[in-house]
Amino acid sequence: MKTTPLHSIHEASGAKMGEFAGYEMPLYYADGVLKEHEWVRAHAGVFDVSHMGQLLMFGKGSVQTLEKLTPSSFAAAKAFTAKYTVMTNPDGGIVDDLIVTRLSEDVFYIVINAGNKYRNMDWMRKHLGGTVEILPLEERALVAVQGPSAEAVLHREFGLNLSELGYMHLMEGMIEGANVFISRLGYTGEDGFEISIPDYKVEELWGRLVQNPEIKPIGLAARDSLRLEMGYCLYGHDIDETTTPIEADLRWVMGKDNKTFIGADKVGLPKRKRVGIKLTDKGIAREGADILDKNGNKIGRLTSGTFSPTLKEAIGQGYVDIMSAALGTEVLVNVRGNNIAGKIVDMPFVQPNTKAAKK
Amino acid sequence: MSDLKFTKDHECLSVEGNVAVIGITEYAQHALGDLVYVELPKLGTAYKKGAHFAVVESVKTAAEVYTPVSGEIVSVNDALSGDPELIKKSFADGWIAKIKMTDAGEIAGLMDQAAYDAYLKTLD
Repeated sequence: MKTTPLHSIHEASGAKMGEFAGYEMPLYYADGVLKEHEWVRAHAGVFDVSHMGQLLMFGKGSVQTLEKLTPSSFAAAKAFTAKYTVMTNPDGGIVDDLIVTRLSEDVFYIVINAGNKYRNMDWMRKHLGGTVEILPLEERALVAVQGPSAEAVLHREFGLNLSELGYMHLMEGMIEGANVFISRLGYTGEDGFEISIPDYKVEELWGRLVQNPEIKPIGLAARDSLRLEMGYCLYGHDIDETTTPIEADLRWVMGKDNKTFIGADKVGLPKRKRVGIKLTDKGIAREGADILDKNGNKIGRLTSGTFSPTLKEAIGQGYVDIMSAALGTEVLVNVRGNNIAGKIVDMPFVQPNTKAAKK
Repeated sequence: MSDLKFTKDHECLSVEGNVAVIGITEYAQHALGDLVYVELPKLGTAYKKGAHFAVVESVKTAAEVYTPVSGEIVSVNDALSGDPELIKKSFADGWIAKIKMTDAGEIAGLMDQAAYDAYLKTLD
């Protein structure tokens, strides 16, 4: 199994390790997933996400290339702004979801998922236009600092002044003499940052963060429950090659003036839609559970499901027939043969506390 | 507590007359992590030895609990519905269900504490 540069630190700290996307990663540390989840919402946590793929795309025609690979528009994107988007295949299905940040006219910094990252870089290479190239940043680690205390801790520990950095914006900074990218975004719904740092410096960054009383290391299990409370998609579960951006309720990533992305002609009227589901009766529904209408007819399938530590309720997301996708629709979710009552609800399940969302 | 019996699947039980009180072992509790829900069986339901009669859920996964003995559910630990973490407190607080056994001989094949401890050492 592959490992990240922080692997030995995770093991030394007693993390429960497990496989994710071909990497041996920390699932949770000594406190367990519930306490970790709550800690991130109340204080701040640090996540090792170095398994994710980081790369640069550069050269004349980068905008056109990105507007072919993704349904978003990049021509008017301002420098140092980040966009969440997806790459599509000729059938309009989703190859991967990713964050694209413009660094300058023809240079973009991109973060893709760990699963299939080399296949997906090959996919990008196949569609590069003009003199565009991609450069995998193999020797960089990625650390997410998420939670209401994140900004203050990074300021105190490293003298980083982040108060002017807006949500979905990147700045270049210096930590321990190394050049870093600091992006104000994340996968938890909390205010927070992702720090891209040379991998020989990441142990130092991690060490100084976790010795801070406001910060605890957080594993992938809490990362999953945190993102699910926000209704964010997990690739390979909530979105994949068979789901279009419209079915996935990601129409908002599609640029009005981009009609020529790969698979654009196939992304039409959807037959099904990704929705949030809350169980109103006791139980917890997991990925793969059938979703039925009130009369017991199958209308879809759950793609993620967990117990929400914040709401103390079972939440999930899944795809249902478009005719049954209205908010408030009562459904049944089949859990080990028992039909448990639930309903279709708006996402996010928990209000985000990101900088943009703050009043 | 030394009269507890254990299964390879990490259930444990104590016997009170012809009734078996069934729970899960500390090893199972530790492996599951934070417990958030327990699906309890219904009173009066009959189960054959080896059938799954309850489910213990953590944030991440659901684990089925199998009955080591055949019989009928005569009591369930309703306190677990409100506080699943009670399972970890003690066997007296965290038992799952009581089964009236139809064949007390089924207990004979179960491990005692010493055998279970030895068995756990073979798992790491």
